[in-house]
Amino acid sequence: MNDKELRALIERMIAEVAGQAPTPQVKGSDYHPMEPQGVTRPSTGNIDPAAAIPDITQTDLRRQYLVENPRNGRAFLDLKQKTPARIGLGRAGARYKTATMLRFRADHAAAQDSCFSMVDEAFVKKGGFVPVQTLCRDKDEYLTRPDKGRRFDEANQAIIRQTLGQKPRVALVVGDGLSSAAIEANALDCLEAIRGGLKAYGLEAGPALFVKFCRVGASDHIGDLTGAEVVCMLVGERPGLVTAESMSAYLTYQPHIGIPESKRTVVSNIHRQGTTAVEAGAHIAELIHTMLEKKASGIDLKL
Amino acid sequence: MHESLLSVGIDIGTSTTQLVISRLTLENRAGPFSVPRIAIGEKEVLYRSAIHFTPLLSETEIDAEGVRAIVAEEYRKSGFRQADISTGAVIITGETARKENARQVLAALSDFAGDFVVATAGPDLESILAARGAGIDEYSKEYHNKILHFDIGGGTSNLALYDNGTLTATGCLDVGGRLIKTEQGRITYVSPALERLGAAVPGVPIPRAGGRAEISSLEPVASALTRALEQAAGLTPPDGLLKALMTRDTAWTPPEGVDGVSFSGGVADCIWSPPGADFAYGDIGVLLGRAIAASPAFQRAGIVRGAETIRATVVGAGSHATQVSGSTIFYRNVSFPLKNLPVLRLTEDEEGSGDKLAAALRQKAGWFADQGGMTQIALSLRGETNPAYGRIQDLARGIKEGMEPLLERGMFPVIAVEGDVAKVLGQTLWPLLGAEGAILCLDGISAGSGDFLDIGAPVAGGAVLPVVVKTLAFQSRGAANTSQQQRGDRP
Repeated sequence: MNDKELRALIERMIAEVAGQAPTPQVKGSDYHPMEPQGVTRPSTGNIDPAAAIPDITQTDLRRQYLVENPRNGRAFLDLKQKTPARIGLGRAGARYKTATMLRFRADHAAAQDSCFSMVDEAFVKKGGFVPVQTLCRDKDEYLTRPDKGRRFDEANQAIIRQTLGQKPRVALVVGDGLSSAAIEANALDCLEAIRGGLKAYGLEAGPALFVKFCRVGASDHIGDLTGAEVVCMLVGERPGLVTAESMSAYLTYQPHIGIPESKRTVVSNIHRQGTTAVEAGAHIAELIHTMLEKKASGIDLKL
Repeated sequence: MHESLLSVGIDIGTSTTQLVISRLTLENRAGPFSVPRIAIGEKEVLYRSAIHFTPLLSETEIDAEGVRAIVAEEYRKSGFRQADISTGAVIITGETARKENARQVLAALSDFAGDFVVATAGPDLESILAARGAGIDEYSKEYHNKILHFDIGGGTSNLALYDNGTLTATGCLDVGGRLIKTEQGRITYVSPALERLGAAVPGVPIPRAGGRAEISSLEPVASALTRALEQAAGLTPPDGLLKALMTRDTAWTPPEGVDGVSFSGGVADCIWSPPGADFAYGDIGVLLGRAIAASPAFQRAGIVRGAETIRATVVGAGSHATQVSGSTIFYRNVSFPLKNLPVLRLTEDEEGSGDKLAAALRQKAGWFADQGGMTQIALSLRGETNPAYGRIQDLARGIKEGMEPLLERGMFPVIAVEGDVAKVLGQTLWPLLGAEGAILCLDGISAGSGDFLDIGAPVAGGAVLPVVVKTLAFQSRGAANTSQQQRGDRP
């Protein structure tokens, strides 16, 4: 790749990123810590426990305060309960302490893992999803070509038409997005709660799609293909250092290619420490009902 | 969102009757991309009544008509109409709560003062409302410390211990400004509590009614009462004094390591700005205030000045008794307000599965149904932090099966969950009931057996319900401290 090509690629990527939907991040104020911290321990197998070093990711950061000789350490710890931010770390000379530096890298690695790993095919089967794939061929293309993550080829288009039929009132879609861990942790319970909730409003939704290499904009192509009134997409959020398991729901009334991002309604921070999957599902079901009634979504929908 | 509620607080105490009207502003505290989280933000007191002496017909009977006239007059002076008030609390406090006709007085006033104004009493609630009215919960949270608050009224002192903004204990002592009343240099009344004290603790001479009201004979009493307060704060070792002054059927363990104490109630005014005359109010309030101000133990511990003194309880009732439910709730066909729903709380084990829940409900709810015919109850559940949907379905089935005997009698499910699952539970239960009739599921509310719930009409565009959790009125609750700890900080 010569300089010119590289430049063009970067420019295209910047344009893509700038034109994307705002990605909600996990905010401290929306973060409700719970006990115990939900980190799964890897199986120890034949490892001699005496020889193993402690797993630093098991430490609850909200209870860790590393400043030496504090004026009021208890008050600081009280404040730390309210935020997952890395504060009160102390220092070694001008730098972080070793424990802080290692923990940061461990959390960063977990975020990257969840971004680069795939949703298990057994999960797709178990959930009874109909699998489809966007134009992306692999993760690398998915990450570098957001435009391809929003469109389907003809074979997949046919599956989508066949699965959802024409003019469904509600189309339920699950997409891997940027975190497979988020989907595996939340999507099934959330979807069941949505279906249960829709029933309470006298609505039914057909089978749900699972979209591999999925961007939020894939909703718009699905809208064009089926004429769905509301497309509800559950998608893995870009992982952060707080949790890699955060899922969002993007709901769009009459989506079509070219629809402004402002017409989407977002419910973010769906994870065990934020809004729980089932309660978010109930909220989403009501949102869908409201959208169908008011025929609007995003900023047009006055709640 | 800028929605606000007008709330009234009426406090009928041993010595004074007061009223305040406050404005509670609702705000959404969640981020723009999240599920809403509506909470009561600003609390502003718009009107403070004059402080009236509580009209009594005799030592054991409140003058209900007199109280009613005071409230009517204060409403008129405030300029607010009864219909403008959407929530609030009437509270009967101190020794007055033990008067024979207290319940009737509350009933009369409760109907008088707006549609959703609850009547309530009980020493632990009184302690909490006074401490919150004085702003001590906020102070303790702000400074991350442990503060013991005393609300010293006419007949009793209500104690509330806040540690880092969280209520950890409440208690009640028979220490007050009007344990001895005087008139024109004569002692006209000595409380039975003091007579008990005299019998139990040697060395504290208790004057008799009819004797001369003199500093020399009454100062030792004020000093003994102050020593009891110091002991209650854990500042000096407890002896028979503290035990003798403990209010009947209450318990109090002096805390360790308090960072400060605070005072409200009428006597608190006598601590900072005592009137010139020794018996200005015809009682020993002035002497008690002086004795507290002079106490070296309290000075060492540090005295925090609260935002309110004599009005702390009434401000607490007006501004702090109402809470709002969680913001993801489910209700259909309910005619609000719902008043005085007795709470049925199940054990953690009984919530364990749908079948167990159904069995427990059939057994216990039947008990409510048998008592006095038809009683609409509220079912209080803990709920889990992150349940699977299957678990919610299981719970919904259990509730439906367990409640069938009640539903047949025309009652409807009212379910208050602590965990954030009310909407999904409601949406799941509703179709099981044939999607007809009334149903109410709300969360963020913690209530124990023996409590009563009052639930007002939806606010904030239907997103939340105002709720007041009331402790059982006019009945002693043994071990009030432990039950309070289980329920956490409320109301």
